[in-house]
Amino acid sequence: MVVQTPNGFNLDNSGKRIVVDPVTRIEGHMRCEVNVDDEGVIRNAVSTGTMWRGLEVIVKGRDPRDAWAFVERICGVCTGTHALTSVRAVEDALGIEIPDNANSIRNIMQLNLEIHDHVVHFYHLHALDWVNPINALKADPKATSELQQMVGPNHPLSSPGYFRDVQNRLKKFVESGQLGLFKNGYWDNPAYKLPPEADLMATTHYLEALDLQKEIVKVHTIFGGKNPHPNWLVGGVPCPINVHGTGAVGAINMERLNLVSSIIDKCIEFNKNVYLPDVKAIGGFYKNWLYGGGLSSQACLAYGDIPENPNDFSPEQLHLPRGAIINGDLSTVHDVDVRDPEQVQEFVDHSWYTYGEPGKGLHPWDGVTEPNYELGPNAVGTKTNIKQLDEEGKYSWIKAPRWRGHAMEVGPLARYVVGYAKGHEDIKDQVDGLLRDMDLPVEALFSTLGRTAARALESEYCGRLQKHFFDKLVTNIKNGDETTANIEKWDPSTWPKEAKGVGMTEAPRGALGHWIKIKDGRIENYQCVVPTTWNGSPRDTAGNIGAFEASLMNTPMERPEEPVEILRTLHSFDPCLACSTHVMSPDGEELTEVKVR
Amino acid sequence: MSQIETFYDVMRRQGITRRSFMKYCSLTAAALGLSPAMVPKIAHAMETKPRTPVIWVHGLECTCCSESFIRSAHPLAKDVVLSMISLDYDDTLMAAAGTAAEAAFEETIEKYKGNYILAVEGNPPLNEDGMFCITGGKPFVEKLRHAAKDAKAIISWGACASYGCVQAAKPNPTQATPVHKVIKDKPIIKVPGCPPIAEVMTGVITYMLTFDRMPELDRQGRPAMFYSQRIHDKCYRRPHFDAGQFVEAWDDENARKGYCLYKMGCKGPTTYNACSTVRWNEGVSFPIQSGHGCIGCSEDGFWDQGSFYDRVTDLTQFGVEANADKVGLAAAGVVGAGVAAHAAVSALKAAQKKTQSSKEEV
Repeated sequence: MVVQTPNGFNLDNSGKRIVVDPVTRIEGHMRCEVNVDDEGVIRNAVSTGTMWRGLEVIVKGRDPRDAWAFVERICGVCTGTHALTSVRAVEDALGIEIPDNANSIRNIMQLNLEIHDHVVHFYHLHALDWVNPINALKADPKATSELQQMVGPNHPLSSPGYFRDVQNRLKKFVESGQLGLFKNGYWDNPAYKLPPEADLMATTHYLEALDLQKEIVKVHTIFGGKNPHPNWLVGGVPCPINVHGTGAVGAINMERLNLVSSIIDKCIEFNKNVYLPDVKAIGGFYKNWLYGGGLSSQACLAYGDIPENPNDFSPEQLHLPRGAIINGDLSTVHDVDVRDPEQVQEFVDHSWYTYGEPGKGLHPWDGVTEPNYELGPNAVGTKTNIKQLDEEGKYSWIKAPRWRGHAMEVGPLARYVVGYAKGHEDIKDQVDGLLRDMDLPVEALFSTLGRTAARALESEYCGRLQKHFFDKLVTNIKNGDETTANIEKWDPSTWPKEAKGVGMTEAPRGALGHWIKIKDGRIENYQCVVPTTWNGSPRDTAGNIGAFEASLMNTPMERPEEPVEILRTLHSFDPCLACSTHVMSPDGEELTEVKVR
Repeated sequence: MSQIETFYDVMRRQGITRRSFMKYCSLTAAALGLSPAMVPKIAHAMETKPRTPVIWVHGLECTCCSESFIRSAHPLAKDVVLSMISLDYDDTLMAAAGTAAEAAFEETIEKYKGNYILAVEGNPPLNEDGMFCITGGKPFVEKLRHAAKDAKAIISWGACASYGCVQAAKPNPTQATPVHKVIKDKPIIKVPGCPPIAEVMTGVITYMLTFDRMPELDRQGRPAMFYSQRIHDKCYRRPHFDAGQFVEAWDDENARKGYCLYKMGCKGPTTYNACSTVRWNEGVSFPIQSGHGCIGCSEDGFWDQGSFYDRVTDLTQFGVEANADKVGLAAAGVVGAGVAAHAAVSALKAAQKKTQSSKEEV
């Protein structure tokens, strides 16, 4: 049966059903089911979040100054971004203004995360969808060296001997018979298009990036004490600055600043010499595979982030753009107000929750969550052994957030589409430059490859911004301002009896919002709507499919039993399921109804 | 099987000579308290033993343990994965997905029965018949039990697998349950922390590979080599504690001088971990060095011990508050007083925990 969704996709579930569970190389647990027609083309897609942890209920009744540490643990991959969102929400609620240095340091940390996350995503979670490390064994190291010098002439690791060494190591690894992470990969699938030399170059960079990523995060370690999960502070940042006087070893001093600066330079170099050239080189071999656009050409949402000045989140002050695009109309970028009860709403008709009232959407400040795990009538299998889900019924632990009723894509591509549509200069320059280099039209942006390329461009842009805020921090210190925290309202006795606030960030995976209500010095309600909730959402009341589902539609598969194309497109969103499958409840008590065995 | 690269091959490939290899075997024998006659046997085992297969499963978690693991500087994560172990199943990093991934899981269990290490990140939720964490259409707890059955040993990575961590904080809506409460018939090494330090993670693995034995564990099942001392015991700010020099408010003069964070809620005095010695991310820093107190993330139930900014002595009925202040006022330069206060704090902390756990039982 063919059904047309309100957002314009023709769903046909008559063909063969393919189940991918677990979807690997993501954060958390996810399942995907698709129907393919006789030609092997995907005609129906069902994306399911398969985990639920309940963090918002857990923070209820706790000290709002502690919340960042709890919700930071929503995700250890985009580590820190939930904490930043949380301290912003608390500061918004209590009217706390942070000092200039704290804004610069937070921005440096957030930008550092964007770069780290994008690099690790591309090389360690996504690359194996495009790159075949087994095929790299056939490469000529000399030709690989030439390729490297052509695409990334400034990268110092480029000699034939270097590539030969890596290839030998890889060869011994493969010949050992213990393939480890490469075991059971789809290495003879014709969906892999790279010549052996490009495979060897990219596999080599997989290893280089693994070494580099542990350097990148040291910025978090300096300001936050550790990574993953650095420390944050309501009112500023916990690290004091002392560049001049006694005891500077216990604070941010010249040596620490120099280390930060050298890491920022490393990020910039890697983006410029390795990451972007790799995306262009690999993308060049997949120019004919422009599937996976999904919602990106019609509905994109970004909250914006990286405020130039502290405490000012007006759109023109943000380096990462804010706005919403709907109905494919790129000529109009709508403003976004996350406080407006009519804009962001969540639906649960196809999620394993109940609102009591079917078809209802709720703004996060008024959100309700009651888990309600049940399979649809046409599901195959049992409640604890699912063979096939029924998308007509409930089928995911992810809710369906909508912006003014529209299913939206969020993330690097959404940010870049919004930025491009708004005429954001840096973004426009980058996008136009990339399309020119690759000889592709602007429509090519709306694809799996476009999503992957936007992430690389953003990593490059964030590298420059990181340097900007480092310089700003140093200038401010030079001008005599060493303040890092505002403690005027640290003591709960200074707080109003009741307050509510919202914090927003652009997490690596997209628009992230935390909504908080505080009463008598304690958290009364805490709710998060996170990027993968937007992208991974199931169908809503009206039948709109979410961004993951939309992106898989009409993609041909070389071998339907080998889900290379499905992985490629899902991975292009960098799914984070621990983030997406949280709980929202104004009243944690409801959850005691959950059966305890 | 002849194609399988052995531990010896790996060492040779990394530039270790035959002579050094034999010396290494002798040292290993000595470390294990074995007679020199055992050296050839060890050498033989090393020469013929394939890289140890590891199955790494994920329950309810945030993947911070995997992220930490790949931060390891010595050894590098790539060397661990390419040359030391065979990571035959890890849904976060493996190339295959769906049925091909499940097949890799089953094949590894079948082929290496009793010889693989099971690494668990996260924990199983038991409410809703386990379906708060679904993998392959089934409850994660089933997968955990299945993989545990033929494992040689289990490593419980991080606070989630060891103690439950954040999703098990009150009211624990999913009944998230640490591994040792589900699997009771296997040796389990707990490596707590949220996450554990990268080099502690790879240190535990390489210890097992190098000495072919379980690390010595404390009563809670943690490796004694990394978890037997409090952060406070080796904290570089300890002299300020002993001298009664404390940060009194965020970003005050004392904070900028790097004084002790005890009054800002630092849980270093009650937290067993290697942060103040191994430090984080190749020794760059650790929470206290960067100005925030320890939140005690490697301790059981640390989420439910009050605010992170409450002093560990924040129990006025016991008079400890006065005690800490007394240190601040009078004890400058008198090390003994600090130590005495410290002992008192520890004893009270133990008492506090006891009170809390007895409350829970009510």
